Amino acid sequence: MRPTDEAQPAISIAGVSRSFRTGKRVAAALDNISAQANRGVVTGLIGPDGAGKTTLMRLIAGLLLPDRGRIEVLGTNVADSALAVQTRLAYMPQRFGLYEDLSVQENLDLYADLRGVPRAVRTERYADLLHMTGLRPFTSRLAGRLSGGMKQKLGLACTLVHPPEILLLDEPTVGVDPVSRRELWEIIDHLTNTAATSVLFSTAYLDEAERCDAVLLMHEGKLIGAGDPREFTAKMAGRSYQLRTKTISKRAAQEALSRAAGILDATIQGEAVRIVTDEAKAPNAAQLLPGVDGVTISAAPPRFEDSFIALLRARQSAARRPPAPIPIPILADANQESQEDVILVRNLTREFGAFRAVDDIAFSVRQGEIFGLLGANGAGKSTTFRMLCGLLPPTGGLLRVAGFDLRTAAAPARGRIGYMAQKFSLYGDLSVRQNLRFFSSAYKLRNARQRERIDWALAEFDLDAFADAASGDLPLGFKQRLALACALMHEPEILFLDEPTSGVDPLARREFWSRINALADKGVTILVTTHFMEEAEYCDRLVIMAQGRILAEGTAERLKERLRRPDNPDPTMEDAFVALIQTAEAQASAA
Amino acid sequence: MMDRLSILRLRGLLRKEFLQILRDPSALAIAFLLPAILLLLFGYGVSLDARNAPLAVVIEQPTPLAADFAANLEHSPYFSPRRFASFREAELAMDRREAVGVIWLRADFARKADDGGPAPIGVIVNGVDANNARLIEGYIQQVWVNWLQASATRAGRALAFPAVVHPRVWFNPAVQSRDYLTPGLIAVIMTLTGALLTALVIAREWERGTMEALMVTPVAIWEILTAKLIPYFVLGMGGMAASVLIAVLLFAVPFQGSGWTLTLCSALFMLAALGMGLLISTFARNQFVAGQTAIIVTFLPAFILSGFIFDIGSMPAAVQFLTHLVAARYFVTILQSVFLAGDIWSVIAPNAAALLIMAVVFLGAVRLTARKRLD
Repeated sequence: MRPTDEAQPAISIAGVSRSFRTGKRVAAALDNISAQANRGVVTGLIGPDGAGKTTLMRLIAGLLLPDRGRIEVLGTNVADSALAVQTRLAYMPQRFGLYEDLSVQENLDLYADLRGVPRAVRTERYADLLHMTGLRPFTSRLAGRLSGGMKQKLGLACTLVHPPEILLLDEPTVGVDPVSRRELWEIIDHLTNTAATSVLFSTAYLDEAERCDAVLLMHEGKLIGAGDPREFTAKMAGRSYQLRTKTISKRAAQEALSRAAGILDATIQGEAVRIVTDEAKAPNAAQLLPGVDGVTISAAPPRFEDSFIALLRARQSAARRPPAPIPIPILADANQESQEDVILVRNLTREFGAFRAVDDIAFSVRQGEIFGLLGANGAGKSTTFRMLCGLLPPTGGLLRVAGFDLRTAAAPARGRIGYMAQKFSLYGDLSVRQNLRFFSSAYKLRNARQRERIDWALAEFDLDAFADAASGDLPLGFKQRLALACALMHEPEILFLDEPTSGVDPLARREFWSRINALADKGVTILVTTHFMEEAEYCDRLVIMAQGRILAEGTAERLKERLRRPDNPDPTMEDAFVALIQTAEAQASAA
Repeated sequence: MMDRLSILRLRGLLRKEFLQILRDPSALAIAFLLPAILLLLFGYGVSLDARNAPLAVVIEQPTPLAADFAANLEHSPYFSPRRFASFREAELAMDRREAVGVIWLRADFARKADDGGPAPIGVIVNGVDANNARLIEGYIQQVWVNWLQASATRAGRALAFPAVVHPRVWFNPAVQSRDYLTPGLIAVIMTLTGALLTALVIAREWERGTMEALMVTPVAIWEILTAKLIPYFVLGMGGMAASVLIAVLLFAVPFQGSGWTLTLCSALFMLAALGMGLLISTFARNQFVAGQTAIIVTFLPAFILSGFIFDIGSMPAAVQFLTHLVAARYFVTILQSVFLAGDIWSVIAPNAAALLIMAVVFLGAVRLTARKRLD
């Protein structure tokens, strides 16, 4: 390599725009992006779904051409000489690019052939990769039979079979369990340290930003920030606090705080509410929650997410901030939560052939509770969910929802349930109003009652302005609102949410959860699945699932409490999850 | 172009493709099962011959003469006659589709014949299916002429016709429409198989996201295309061989031509069909769209415009012109020649040349339009 190369950035992007046309609609995926990624470090491409991360990756890899602007990879213009760039760069697309009916070894062989790895060095290279990814025992297993985490590692091994100078990873950690996520980060750190590989890593998980050496923050096709993630976090020092009170419920406190003046962000964290202030000044409890006694406020460490929220809030016009505070309900009767089990699950099992997707699980959910099913892809969450909705008959066990046995009375139980499916399952070609009308008529709402509920939904979810727009054209956050509105048309007692916030931006996620909290306060029972560890904090109680089993059950606080050590005084939900999986694996191998 | 790395990449892709064919039965199903099922379905189901056609026979007054005529109908392979007591009942049977026609011998049939005729034979044929009706009409006439001749011979006198027709059928002496239809059918089925093979497997790579991963490797687009073409060419030719075996062994279709002519022409046709599939795959990025497109733009035109059932000569001029764009048209002609007549080069050569041109055009269009990009 010529010495002059050293000074060049790994990737430089200058004034790049790119739009896509579907039918008559032209959507700008990237809007005048200028950025660069340096050599030998991990650059994080951070942003929610629809921010333009994948489009940018594909432009860098030469899979798309920009409408305007120029991208250089190691000094080479990608648009002119894509093939030259592709020999020096490796790219792992979102679904890892594996051939599922080929074995681990055959996948490696294929990519070694495609990348022209000489036979002589293969043995050694394979040994390294298999050791690094822990896939050595599985070389003859078909890729389709691997777990999500193992697929991710095989995908990575295939891109590394010829050591690339630049590695592009497009959301490699989506839906992968936290243990695999950590192992992936170890591999990446190893690569940048030993091979000086330049890595561009895209993710929607804001907590991963802190592991990057530099970040590019993206939102709706624009670059809204770039730099060292630690600097972003440092700017938020002295602005984050934990607030605890026994006088009002945590949900009421969070609701009131999110509307209070001088507060950028308020989220529930275990039993406390975590707040971020406008200025680096300790907040005054009496001002924040007037008339509420027994409030303690303590400083909390800043997080990268706080700075992202601050950036997003700054972009939002002041008019869009939630207005006047609403009265705070003092915790008088909230303690008298109903003890009635609305959902009861005992010895529930579901087999698909020889495969046990759900293996003897049990839990119960009380009225008005927010209950979480937390686990990676393939843990059995969705299968459990489908059984609870009466969409899939169980192989064995007891399943009662709203007093109905789902094995004998699935239809009446379904009338009491609202269901918001993954990816929102809306009719994209229908307008917002038509979607609402369809879903309400599916639940047998007619005439005046139907009109009344549609009007309610349009007003409650601020969808009036979009009433006649095709729902497929809505921004992701609005699609999410509409999907929730559709699930609530028949005023269900129980609400099932399947991965409701995956990929939406943090503000939309906060708004969504504030609606869910309000519903729970009105007595609606809520069951939610998520692989988003932080989301578990919103749940009153949750179970952690892995490989079809429940590993632990309890409040988020209790699950984290078990891990509190002097060296880890404030463990995260992810720490708890990782510890549980490791214990389960240790027990399995001991047995 | 073919450097060492290129060969290495091509070999890797080919091995991958063959492993996938062995492990995922869908490609084998398209190559072998689909032609076999369609061939059996059409081979047994579609026949342009009237055989054992149910015929209602009404004899108002049984006489030896009438019985003799009825017996002739019984012996004909084309009919399975059924007796009805009155014309009204026969009519009802025809309404219920239990009979395709009625033979009506009135009470005065024998008397008029004895009086030196003409004795009328009433013939009513259901004309809804015009093609079938004409066949039935012809068969009845044939039975009638045979019967007249036999009666005359029995009576010891020659039937006096001013001219005699000696029909002789060439190329399909058994006059079985299946012998004629099956070769054409093979061409039509192979059009679908060939297009589906490439269109579906590439759409599958798009769907599973593996195409995106392939494209970022230093592989060239022609290497990807070649690695798809070779395995599915082999598979398609296997399906072709299976179809020919079914035709010859099961349907007993005569095979007059030579194996190598058939192989050569089939190879040309297969390249054209696979080329169509590849062209479809350059824009259809999921298997559903690819499958639908393959059926609509290859199978349906092949079925209607190849001349395998519908005679091209009797189509309007504009439609006749369109048939030249259908590869199956040339292959139908070649197969019909090779099966029924033999290696008639004056027929085969121009059609084979047309197939060659189509293969070059389709594969060339694929080469020009395929890009190593997602848009």
